[in-house]
Amino acid sequence: MSLYALQKMIFELNRSPLVQERFKTDLPRLLDEFDLDEEERGAVERHDIGLLYVLGVNGQLLMHLSALIGQPWADYLQAMRDGVAKHGPVRAGVYAMTTALDEKVAGL
Amino acid sequence: MSLVFAGVSSHAPGITGRSHLAPDAAHRDEFYAAYRRMGEAMMATRPDAVIIVAAEHFANFFMNNMPAYAVGMADHYEGPIEDPAWLGIPKTRIPGAAELSKRIITEILQSTDVAYAEEWKFDHGVMVPLSFLTPKFDTPVIPVNINCQGPPLTPLHRAWAFGEALRRACDSVPERIAVVGTGGISHWPATPDSGKINEPWDRDFLDRWSRNDRAALLNYNDVDIYREAGQGGFEIRTFLAVAAAARGQGHVWFYTAAIPIFAVGCTVGVMDVA
Ligand SMILES: [Fe+2]
Repeated sequence: MSLYALQKMIFELNRSPLVQERFKTDLPRLLDEFDLDEEERGAVERHDIGLLYVLGVNGQLLMHLSALIGQPWADYLQAMRDGVAKHGPVRAGVYAMTTALDEKVAGL
Repeated sequence: MSLVFAGVSSHAPGITGRSHLAPDAAHRDEFYAAYRRMGEAMMATRPDAVIIVAAEHFANFFMNNMPAYAVGMADHYEGPIEDPAWLGIPKTRIPGAAELSKRIITEILQSTDVAYAEEWKFDHGVMVPLSFLTPKFDTPVIPVNINCQGPPLTPLHRAWAFGEALRRACDSVPERIAVVGTGGISHWPATPDSGKINEPWDRDFLDRWSRNDRAALLNYNDVDIYREAGQGGFEIRTFLAVAAAARGQGHVWFYTAAIPIFAVGCTVGVMDVA
């Protein structure tokens, strides 16, 4: 039930160069400041975009995080599909997947 | 009468950031040309400031304190908040108009509650339109945000009322004001569905918008919008606000659903100010 905290962390990360620096060099302590459960914390530590997507992180926040970690667009889309294949449907929010796992609407 | 221009346009990050991935470069360039033409038409009306009614994406406002409506009140802004290489737009400073903002906000507050913000980092919702409309980023901008991102959202009829309040505010100042609404119509951005577009739904919406048919534009609900037009469809609120402000007939200068890599139907429309 700490999806809010997880998204708050990504919101602050997207906005602040200082937090971005800590994300790179001091991630454990940065994450200590947010009330995350183990699954959420692990997903951030592993840059696991697929799991973060399934956990219900808002797509706009997730897309910015993906850009921040330098993920090419096609890899971002595939990471979300892989997340759904592995963990099941998106659990919260309004960014659920409505296409099939092998359907690539934009060719990627 | 100081509203001198009204229009709407799409704002997805792919429009600039994934330009190179558009398979049909000629079609893409047609869209870009229409977008720039809209900017030229807007500048021909000699606006002192451009109000961008955007639906932002958690760049400034978050679920800790989410305004349904917010208006910028600063003398300058910065953007993009996204990685510039990813978005294809370099970081820049954009002039604002704090004192004009203050007068406009004061007038809007007569009928509609809005938050004001003395700082604002522009995300793609503002930066992508500006990169076509005022590519030198030299015209003062007043950003407006309608929360289309974190439900509960403002009802459509309130977006209409906000547009009406915006018009009254523009009419109350001597400056010449342009207003541009930016958002998607149907789209499923930032998901694996990215690129999915409900073209018939979009065309029907644009038809209602062009007629400035208030009843038809308010005859949607978020459950249907979510199912048929995706969560990106919530952004029609920006188009509604512009229609309410402009009061005239709309003219869709460009629409295509054929560039799915941009993740949105690409729209450029202007509306008569009546
Ligand atoms: Fe958007």
